[in-house]
Amino acid sequence: MKKLGIIIRREYLTRVTRRSFIIATFLTPLGFALLFVVVGVIFSYQSDDERKVAIIDYDNILRGSIKDENNLYFKFVQDDLDEMKTRIDDTDFDGILVLPALKDLYVGRYTAFYYSEKQPTPDIELAIKARLSTAMRDYKIDSLQLDRKLLEALDTRIELDPEPLRETGQDASVLTSAIASGIGFIMGIIMYMAVFIYGMMIMRSVMEEKTTRIVEVMISSVRPFELMLGKIIGVGAVGLTQFAIWAILIPLISMGASFVFGIDSNRFDASTMSAAEIDPDDMQAMIGLAMHELGNQNWWFLIPAFIFYFLGGYFLYASLFAAVGSAMGDDLGEGQALTIPITIPVLLAFYIMMAAVQAPNSSLAVWSSIFPLFSPIVMPARLAFSPPLWEVALSMVVLAASSVFFVWLSGRIYRVGILMYGKKVTLKELGKWMFYKD
Amino acid sequence: MQDYILRLDHVHKTYGSYAAVNQVSFDVPKGSIFGLLGPNGAGKTSLIRIITTITRADSGTVLLDGERLNNRHPEVIGYMPEERGLYKKMKVGEHLLYLGRLKGLSKAQAQKDLDYWFEKFEIRDWWNKKVEELSKGMQQKIQFIATVLHKPKLLILDEPFSGLDPINTNLIKDEIDELRRQGVSILFSTHRMEQVEEICEKIVLINKGTVILEGKVKDIKNQYKENLFRVDFEGELPAEFSSRAAVISQKADSVTVQMPLGSSSNELLDYLIRNGVIIHGFKEILPSLNEIFIRQVGESNEAES
Repeated sequence: MKKLGIIIRREYLTRVTRRSFIIATFLTPLGFALLFVVVGVIFSYQSDDERKVAIIDYDNILRGSIKDENNLYFKFVQDDLDEMKTRIDDTDFDGILVLPALKDLYVGRYTAFYYSEKQPTPDIELAIKARLSTAMRDYKIDSLQLDRKLLEALDTRIELDPEPLRETGQDASVLTSAIASGIGFIMGIIMYMAVFIYGMMIMRSVMEEKTTRIVEVMISSVRPFELMLGKIIGVGAVGLTQFAIWAILIPLISMGASFVFGIDSNRFDASTMSAAEIDPDDMQAMIGLAMHELGNQNWWFLIPAFIFYFLGGYFLYASLFAAVGSAMGDDLGEGQALTIPITIPVLLAFYIMMAAVQAPNSSLAVWSSIFPLFSPIVMPARLAFSPPLWEVALSMVVLAASSVFFVWLSGRIYRVGILMYGKKVTLKELGKWMFYKD
Repeated sequence: MQDYILRLDHVHKTYGSYAAVNQVSFDVPKGSIFGLLGPNGAGKTSLIRIITTITRADSGTVLLDGERLNNRHPEVIGYMPEERGLYKKMKVGEHLLYLGRLKGLSKAQAQKDLDYWFEKFEIRDWWNKKVEELSKGMQQKIQFIATVLHKPKLLILDEPFSGLDPINTNLIKDEIDELRRQGVSILFSTHRMEQVEEICEKIVLINKGTVILEGKVKDIKNQYKENLFRVDFEGELPAEFSSRAAVISQKADSVTVQMPLGSSSNELLDYLIRNGVIIHGFKEILPSLNEIFIRQVGESNEAES
């Protein structure tokens, strides 16, 4: 076992000291932050494409007034449409908006016409439609002589505030289940990515050892199983290191970002506020409430449980990837088919996880979070919804046992695979290797 | 004191229905260079993998220095596989330390031994170079150091000279010789016969997993000799010379003959000298291992079919 330690040390150190690891670890959170900022800027970017539109309003629906904004300028004209069309090149108008008369006030559909050289761009189309819609509403209210106040009373915003049945229960707010979903989703995604990224890392590393033929030198000193296990543990430690760094960096960066963008989450001490009092339109209050909800989560349970599922899922899938890597030759493409049986359960688990976040107590979610190939991804997504303890316990026991079993099984395949050269391997053959004698 | 470092007794190993190693028995004497020969696919590598404890025999016993093979034995064996490689991204020094420690050396001991070898091969400035920066020949040297670093009792070299230029081949050959003088037993696996004749004292020849020939190189050559002699001469051969010995080939100043069984070479020499032929050279032609190898392998393949 001393040798296992030496192997783990090498697998870990060669990876964490690699420049690509350091760059990926420190730049990924920054990259994400940058991406969010850039995406935000792109979406808030206004068109600088100025348009002047002439309006022919036969029925005076707009009553002679419409706001100019977003580089869109309107002017009412009294001219005839055909005349306007022929003259349009002499004027500086880009288009003509024609509003036909509204024949029937009770019709819920109205078509205006827009004449222009070029197709109206989606942003212009949306702006015109939105403005016509409010104008039409006002026009109808006046024409039908309705009471504005009565009409406004018809719109009601509904909130649902969950309250505990018993005194001891926790008072959830409107955000509780959204936050739990969010935590679940993020945990599920992290698990999914971890399985793939580190699983593939293991697979490639095993392949490399095989193709560079170092493996034959190695296994004259150590047992193949030790080599495989050392690699899995070493890479797993790399993964935990990376997550630990991200777990520290991401809050720091987002704190920095919120400072820069002026969102002060401490201004609202949400714990003193009842959720019902908060106006959902008040962004800052909502953020305060969300922070409060996050603080209410039982992190002492969530984080250890998450690490458990990370390790369990990681050992299970990483060992399978190691087994497949051992069977591959120099040709990555050829071996890709062998990874399909591993990627399918991971993908399925991912989709089940997305459903489980919506309905965490559905029987699909419950059984998937016990089935060991799915549980590492599905159960972390359910954890924030406080699933029954027996389910968590059962799922953990099943996962732990399956991880040990799969590591053992993969070891059986691995020891044969690493010494097989120049043979295209089928899945059936992989199965046979399990039963080979030493 | 055991005379044999390695004793194989009816070692058998099958893969599926194919017997890669078929009831193989032989002994490797201590402190000698022993040749394990065989054509490609004869089962050499399978056999070596059993000896190095990488795989286990289905039946039969392998004794290493009188002890049944066990999981401490890798530390007294140095194995240089035919298919060998190194971690390309690792630094040479680090890499050798790593391999040394996996063979059970302490870090300090490994460092000390490495200093010796780096000094000896005059490669001290390679320590911090990455393996991938070295040429193939340089990598082979590193591989050799990795194989002998932990001072193994038994050294197993599978085609050690493949990919080496003549200078490095000689360097490694000298090292092998020196190790043998220090008492290391060496199992040398190859299919290059000229190297075997030069290096090995004893050989075993296997084909299709079965031993077909075993013994000292000298004895084997004598066993397969065909009483061929080559005479370098000046003058005229006597007319009835061919009745004395069968002429295999003849040139202006040399003739190769096969002596009939029971007649001695001195008789022929005497006869020639008496007939006024001037003799410049007289030499027995022993079959090369290569010829024996090809013949024996061919015969064993025929016997099978």
